[in-house]
Amino acid sequence: MLNASLKELSAALAQRKISSVELTQLFLDRIEKLNPAINAFITVDAEKSLAQARTADERIAKNRAQPLAGIPVAHKDIFVTQGWPTTCGSKILSNFIGPYDAHVIERFNDAGAVILGKTNMDEFAMGSSSETSFYGPVKNPWGQAYVPGGSSGGSAAAIAARMAPAATGTDTGGSIRQPAALSGLSGLKPTYGLVSRYGMIAFASSLDQGGPMAKSAEDLALLLNVMAGFDARDSTSSERAREDYVRDLEKPLAGLRIGVPKEHFGEGLAADVGQAVEAALEQIEKLGARRVPIGLPNSGLSVPAYYVIAPAEASSNLSRFDGVRYGHRAKEYRDLADMYRRTRAEGFGAEVRRRILIGTYVLSHGYYDAYYLKAQKIRRLIAQDFVEAFKQCDVVMGPTSPTVAFKIGAKAADPVQMYLNDIYTIPANLAGLPGMSIPCGFGRDNLPVGLHIVGNYFAEARMLNVAHQYQKATDWHKREPAGIHL
Amino acid sequence: MNWEIVIGLETHAQLSTASKMFSGASTAFGAPPNTQASAVDIALPGVLPVANKGAVERAIRFGLAVGGEKVINRRSVFARKNYFYPDLPKGYQISQYELPIVKGGEIRILTKSGEKTIRLTRAHLEEDAGKSLHEDFQDMSGIDLNRAGVPLLEIVSEPDMRSAEEAVAYAKALHALVRWIDICDGNMQEGSFRCDANVSVRRPGAPLGTRREIKNLNSFRFLQEAIEYEAKWQIETLEDGGKIEQATVLFDSDTGETRAMRTKEDAHDYRYFPDPDLLPLEVSEAWITEIQEDLPELPGARRQRFMSECGLSEYDATVLTANQEIGDYFEGMARHSLADGEAPNSLNFKLCANWAINKVAAKLNEEKLKDEGFPSWKFGVDSETSGYILRCVREGVINNKVADDLFSEFWSEARQPGYEAHGGFPERVDELIKERGLSQISDLGAIEKIVDNVLAANAKQVEDYRGGKEKAFNSLVGQVMKATQGKANPAQVNEILKRKLTG
Repeated sequence: MLNASLKELSAALAQRKISSVELTQLFLDRIEKLNPAINAFITVDAEKSLAQARTADERIAKNRAQPLAGIPVAHKDIFVTQGWPTTCGSKILSNFIGPYDAHVIERFNDAGAVILGKTNMDEFAMGSSSETSFYGPVKNPWGQAYVPGGSSGGSAAAIAARMAPAATGTDTGGSIRQPAALSGLSGLKPTYGLVSRYGMIAFASSLDQGGPMAKSAEDLALLLNVMAGFDARDSTSSERAREDYVRDLEKPLAGLRIGVPKEHFGEGLAADVGQAVEAALEQIEKLGARRVPIGLPNSGLSVPAYYVIAPAEASSNLSRFDGVRYGHRAKEYRDLADMYRRTRAEGFGAEVRRRILIGTYVLSHGYYDAYYLKAQKIRRLIAQDFVEAFKQCDVVMGPTSPTVAFKIGAKAADPVQMYLNDIYTIPANLAGLPGMSIPCGFGRDNLPVGLHIVGNYFAEARMLNVAHQYQKATDWHKREPAGIHL
Repeated sequence: MNWEIVIGLETHAQLSTASKMFSGASTAFGAPPNTQASAVDIALPGVLPVANKGAVERAIRFGLAVGGEKVINRRSVFARKNYFYPDLPKGYQISQYELPIVKGGEIRILTKSGEKTIRLTRAHLEEDAGKSLHEDFQDMSGIDLNRAGVPLLEIVSEPDMRSAEEAVAYAKALHALVRWIDICDGNMQEGSFRCDANVSVRRPGAPLGTRREIKNLNSFRFLQEAIEYEAKWQIETLEDGGKIEQATVLFDSDTGETRAMRTKEDAHDYRYFPDPDLLPLEVSEAWITEIQEDLPELPGARRQRFMSECGLSEYDATVLTANQEIGDYFEGMARHSLADGEAPNSLNFKLCANWAINKVAAKLNEEKLKDEGFPSWKFGVDSETSGYILRCVREGVINNKVADDLFSEFWSEARQPGYEAHGGFPERVDELIKERGLSQISDLGAIEKIVDNVLAANAKQVEDYRGGKEKAFNSLVGQVMKATQGKANPAQVNEILKRKLTG
């Protein structure tokens, strides 16, 4: 059961081979055993989860269950969840109990899924290693000295350690795809606007996108079926007809054109990662696809542009955490300004403070044009690169991350090195395009390597089809971390 | 040497939508604190704004009214204005910055020296902040977020005004307009319409002086007093060799003085940037057309019509279009003052205009109700009754004096405490004429008899008149009117008297 796909779990539940309560308990036990070491979860509430499981069992008994009914899903602690602590990995929200459900949570609840817990993350999703959490770093189940990637590292580690069959994540610059790559999982960042941001605590509003994380593309398709859809409460939510992302999974890949950007195979790419990705491309060619060399000439500007736009938006988005209405407030202060200063200095960690400072600076009078406006221009150029690329190919492929997982603490002192982790994933966020990462082999120290797939706007079904066909031909996604399976 | 005062106004008009600018919470005034603050208004983590279509529509109505479709930006952008304050829950206010929904337009005002056009710079949509309550909380402040997120249209004028009177005339014209096109209730006490005044002084012909901004003036009187005080202060400062420093100032209505709240040095850097939670506001041609078609006749057009169709003077037409109510009153009177079968005609229009201006507007002025902003146009006598009284005059049933008395009596009655408006005034006019025998004496024989008696009893005045003392004539008219208890037709009295005295 711990290794089963969502389809298999769904069938087992429907055939009454197992109840949702039993299945939920199975994963809760697993969490109890492994979480103290891995630190993937910030909050687990067995009673709440089991109550939901009992309700799911009733629905299943009446044969009125949807595909995900009764299946436990872990949620990144960035999604506001009614009655559950929702911390965003921060001290400033350490006492905050969700007073409502995020759209994504609502959708899983409506589908009858069980909330298995809230997963650890980089504070306010700012990081690529899940080390900046107020609740301590998350360990990579493939090697506990290593980071699982971030910011959705708790979700990634939970699935990798088989503490959860599936999870949600969010991706602002790679926060679903990079931890998926570093933890040997499949993760999808949908087209901007496909999944409502309502109730997803904002980091950088124009880049943030929620998405699913799981063991396989097939699982992702089932999860995306639940998560995607228009929401009037999010003005940037896309108003388009709902799709069935499972429908095209079995299509053959004959004729598929894979765009391979030379910029993503140059300096900075570790040899072990390059080799695994190359092997994956060859494998996909064998399935009938053909390679097209493409250029993404402005790709190199994506990290600097991102580190202007994302902090700018974050500096404003995080202003609401002021100690006035909810969240942490400093115990002692002299006056209003001192209350703000102390509350925010105590409540935010170093990386969050750094980004608020960067963002405040780039939006300041006299600097706005040189930084923010210029970054927005670069953003348009990057989007334009992809428009050109998709004239020649159907999907773009390359490495998700330049290296396999690095050691905890290795990059903590050098933010720029940390930021460069997302060099291949950031362009999709800047362009608003869907991107995913699937396991494609192992590199140094037997750590997983991810294959990055970027599709055109709303081409999720096609991307999932490509990934699923690859996964039918390979078994990288079925590997599990040694020593974790008890 | 003279000083020239230069004034520009920034006016916040609360748009009359039922729900807030970016949330579904109610905008109703006066609810207990924080009962009308939704998750969006209190800025819970994760919530998002959704623009209120009704507010956008009202902004477009305003744009169309002040400048037509050419001043409506087809694409405008919501921007965040960032600053920390406890009554600003998000830590930023959603406003419009570089691309407002309305750019340009104008407001025409009437001043002592004639008509003047005040240019508008822009009008943009934004949300209001909440309210900090500093009383009733020991060593603490309370925050009421009911007002947070209430939709506002900020209307910015060019520095085109040259006196406090002009600024007040502009504010009144704007106030009348936003109510005219039904986008704002204009209630100044409740803060639905408030002005910030930018004031500077200079020598005529010199470049603009340094301005100081007087914040939050919520009555026309305060606007006038604040500008007058501020301008005087600036002139005195300069004449004493001082310098004006750019500043934001508050007006203290108790002392009538302005005092600096913050200077340029501690001015905020608001770090405006486009709000990524909201898409650019796109306005279609079809929507503009739809709103245009729904607009009532606007002041300018009505003024033109009052001149061309009703034959009113420019002055009368301007006064009668200062707001919608007085113009409606005039038109209502004009309908009800015609005799049976009489076609509308310029004489009747002129009489109605005089009545509306000299009786009705004058009464309201007298009562100072006009300046309160709201409820400023509660008429003591409705236009139908006024029209009917005038009709009685025009048909010769009563004379002007009786008409005046009836009008004043009804008006005072309506101002009694506990009075509730009721219909049937025209019927009461008839009843009272009958009851009190107010009908004009038009029987020539009867008047002649009274004239003869008066002439007989006032031989001295008759002699004086015949001797060239014109004044004596008026005295004789008075005697006749007195003898008829004011009911004689004065024109007939004049005629008969003249005939008898010269005959």
